[in-house]
Amino acid sequence: MLLQQLINGLTLGGVYAIIALGYTMVYGILELINFAHGEIYMLGAYLGIIFLGIFTSLGLTAANFPLALLLTVLMTVLFCSAYGFTMEKVAYKPLRNAPRLSPLISAIGVSIFLQNYVMLTQGATDKVFPYRYGETHIRFLSVDLTALQAAIIITSALLMTGLHLFQKTRMGKAMRATAQDKTMAALVGINVDTIISMTFIIGAGLAAVAGIMVASYYGIVNYSIGYMAGIKAFTAAVLGGIGSIPGAMLGGILLGLIESIGAAYISSEYKDVYAFIVLLIILLIRPSGILGGYSEEKV
Amino acid sequence: MKGVVQDQARSSRKSIAQRARESAGRSVMLRSFFIAAWAALLFLPFHGIRSALVLFAGIFAGLPVMQSAMRLGGPGEWMQRLPGFRAFTLRSFPFLRTSALPVFLLALFVLPFTLKDYYLDVLVMSGIYMLLALGLNVIVGFTGLLNLGFAAFYAIGAYTYALLNTKFGLGFWPSLPLSAVAATLSGLLLAVPALRLRGDYLAIVTLGFGEILRIVLNNWDSLTNGPNGISGIAPPFLFGISLGSLNFYYYLVLGLVLLSVLIIRRVKSSRVGRAWIAIRENEIAASSVGVNVTRYKLYAFAFGTFWAGIAGALFAAKMRFVSPESFTFMESVFILSMVILGGIGNIYGALAGAFILVLLPEALRDVQMYRMLLLGAGLVLLMIFRPQGILGGRKGVRIRG
Amino acid sequence: MFVLEARELTKHFGGLKALEAVSFKVKEGAIHSIIGPNGAGKTTLFNCLTGVTRPTRGSIHFSGQEISRLQPHEVAELGIARTFQNIRLFPEMTVMENVMVAQHTRTKYGLLSAVLRGSSFMSKERAVREKGFEYLELMGLEDHAEALAGNLPYGSQRRLEIARALATEPKIILLDEPTAGMNPMETLEVMDLIRKVKGLGKTVILIEHDMKLVMGISEWILVLDHGVGIAEGSPEEVRNDPLVIEAYLGRETTH
Repeated sequence: MLLQQLINGLTLGGVYAIIALGYTMVYGILELINFAHGEIYMLGAYLGIIFLGIFTSLGLTAANFPLALLLTVLMTVLFCSAYGFTMEKVAYKPLRNAPRLSPLISAIGVSIFLQNYVMLTQGATDKVFPYRYGETHIRFLSVDLTALQAAIIITSALLMTGLHLFQKTRMGKAMRATAQDKTMAALVGINVDTIISMTFIIGAGLAAVAGIMVASYYGIVNYSIGYMAGIKAFTAAVLGGIGSIPGAMLGGILLGLIESIGAAYISSEYKDVYAFIVLLIILLIRPSGILGGYSEEKV
Repeated sequence: MKGVVQDQARSSRKSIAQRARESAGRSVMLRSFFIAAWAALLFLPFHGIRSALVLFAGIFAGLPVMQSAMRLGGPGEWMQRLPGFRAFTLRSFPFLRTSALPVFLLALFVLPFTLKDYYLDVLVMSGIYMLLALGLNVIVGFTGLLNLGFAAFYAIGAYTYALLNTKFGLGFWPSLPLSAVAATLSGLLLAVPALRLRGDYLAIVTLGFGEILRIVLNNWDSLTNGPNGISGIAPPFLFGISLGSLNFYYYLVLGLVLLSVLIIRRVKSSRVGRAWIAIRENEIAASSVGVNVTRYKLYAFAFGTFWAGIAGALFAAKMRFVSPESFTFMESVFILSMVILGGIGNIYGALAGAFILVLLPEALRDVQMYRMLLLGAGLVLLMIFRPQGILGGRKGVRIRG
Repeated sequence: MFVLEARELTKHFGGLKALEAVSFKVKEGAIHSIIGPNGAGKTTLFNCLTGVTRPTRGSIHFSGQEISRLQPHEVAELGIARTFQNIRLFPEMTVMENVMVAQHTRTKYGLLSAVLRGSSFMSKERAVREKGFEYLELMGLEDHAEALAGNLPYGSQRRLEIARALATEPKIILLDEPTAGMNPMETLEVMDLIRKVKGLGKTVILIEHDMKLVMGISEWILVLDHGVGIAEGSPEEVRNDPLVIEAYLGRETTH
């Protein structure tokens, strides 16, 4: 029973971690809580349904499902990255020197806009994921999990490893340098604007994958899923220490575990509350998170 | 000889200018093309090819026109040229301050006799939102603390009256101060630990508090009747007579709004208000001149949430029904938008913001569906082009992190 | 008679030793200066004295009370005021409001009397305004009382910071590079203003990195270098101290 919950938690946690990476990378560079990041994930879920639907109507899904899925993921990632890129250029870039909370309010605006945009174009009712897959059960160490669950856990792990390796590349190093000190990074010849765009593109791409994973896992999506997932992923980022990439991974997995264990052993009605309670406790006890550094304001 | 040289110089200069203009024209075309193509691409998956093509054509044709219009002044300047967007304060209307003020108040008093119930109802609702916006303005506008869970305190006010009335039979009048006190106390309860946090973290904690409260209201069936809400809440009574008519609510809300404006104005221009604004302007400097920053932030939270409690009790009494649905995160954002639209930190701005945001969707019935869509886009545009809101001073949002 | 005494004041930021066992005494009613090259720990010392940062070790005694653990507003209430190197006014408040806020701890009334506006409230508010005007006059800012502080020219903003510090009615006033970014003319004016402040019976502690500037005005000088007090005493003593010459000249020749 507990082990089973751990697997469920790990699945959920992997998804949170993937979304949390987007929050933490943007916060690391812009010190902005990108409130609309959860909506990118929601768009990813919808786009996954839309593209898979197109491929199904073209007969590709029936002929070669893995290829159809791969193409769906590819298209969704491309489009979500474009959304993330555009979002930064339109709503955040003009506010880069504004008082700190102006871009946050702008981000809330973007979030509301996207949510309602999807509601108006796709309807307020739940959308069903057009194709069920990965429902074969696997027995593993006396735990029962579906192939899809295993795939989600493995994909999350792969994406996290990928991002970790990316950090060691030239671009990744430039990104970390920009997060440390934008002015210095610009002085040593790093194009800060490009780095910021890249951050949004990568974050949105990751959220897109998370969106497809959740859409296929639960089978249904709704225009409002981005808000709650966004808040939870943000909680995960804070839990691990915002700005820290390993922190976001750790925080996401921890939060997933807390939530599924809480839902199983305390009450599933209050499932969504646990994340907030964890968030409140963390912020009040250790605002810098588990892996976050400590900084004192300069006078 | 000299003249020829000058002529040559002039003609070559002209051709350079001409060439520059031509290439600028080309680059505008190219830019519009890329922007139009990009926008069409973004809209493609949700609208299909035909709408995307229409959008492309629209932007491709419209953008150069807009850009040449912009050349006559940036969007900010354009907006300021619109009559409604000129920065003005009450001071620009001296007549309102002196002779016309009594006339204006009198007009407010006779209004119910001239208006249809529907309009009166809208006015009552905008009055309730005015109280909310005024309260939030103390926290966000004066003190610079972003609160994204203000609807929670509104909910506490509403549920306090709903429960006191339906469970204990307590009337509206004794419940009103109790609702306000309940909201204030919960504001303090949240603020005591949360105020140690930096601005954006505080925003998220208030949001989390709002969500927790809403989920609890939704699930604590034995107390709150869950998502079905509490119905059968009594209207106010006076000497055994029910005061449940719309006219009465109008006067009640009007009186409370006027009272709150008076009180908040006075507090603003006292040492308390000055301390709040000093904290917003520069927290370290405020503490260095002796302001107990933590304590005054607490005061701001308590004072702001007090009005949310009052508004909540009014809402419960007017609707005779409360349910968690009325107190979502969107509600908090809606109230915040009123404060921002009107001009953060400006008392009359909060009133104007509440008035506009309640009336506008009612006035534009066809647009109702797009209300939240427009609100979202509006927040972004407001932050970029006019962060100080319609009635704000020069510089605008100065909430610091 | 000493009003302020720091004993073995030490502040470490992680591995960085911003202050290392700095001790000094401040005589009442005199002008003191703390000088040293950039990064010597002068501002950190001010931050410790005013409660903005907590010293890692050591103690600060002010009129016989240990104050190193107090909050900034408590220190201000006890009677230590300061200005900031990077100006920290309340830019969206008027010049007058800036000096009115500063009298926060010197006027006591609650929320209720602010709402009711009784006669005692009115007379207190009038007194706050009048006092504020006096300080503005002293700093030559009375003509700009209703201007927004953020709209003042740079030099006037610096003077408003001093006026605001004075309005808290301190015993000691700490000035953190009050002439930074000023031309020689304005600098001389500020030096005159500092003498005026002393004339009010206040104790002044001044941070400067230009040694020449403080020689004429100070009665006592502390020289910091890399967080360590390398010399202290009268201007003559400090000027001839070999360590000081090395800290200043040695650095300048390596540039």
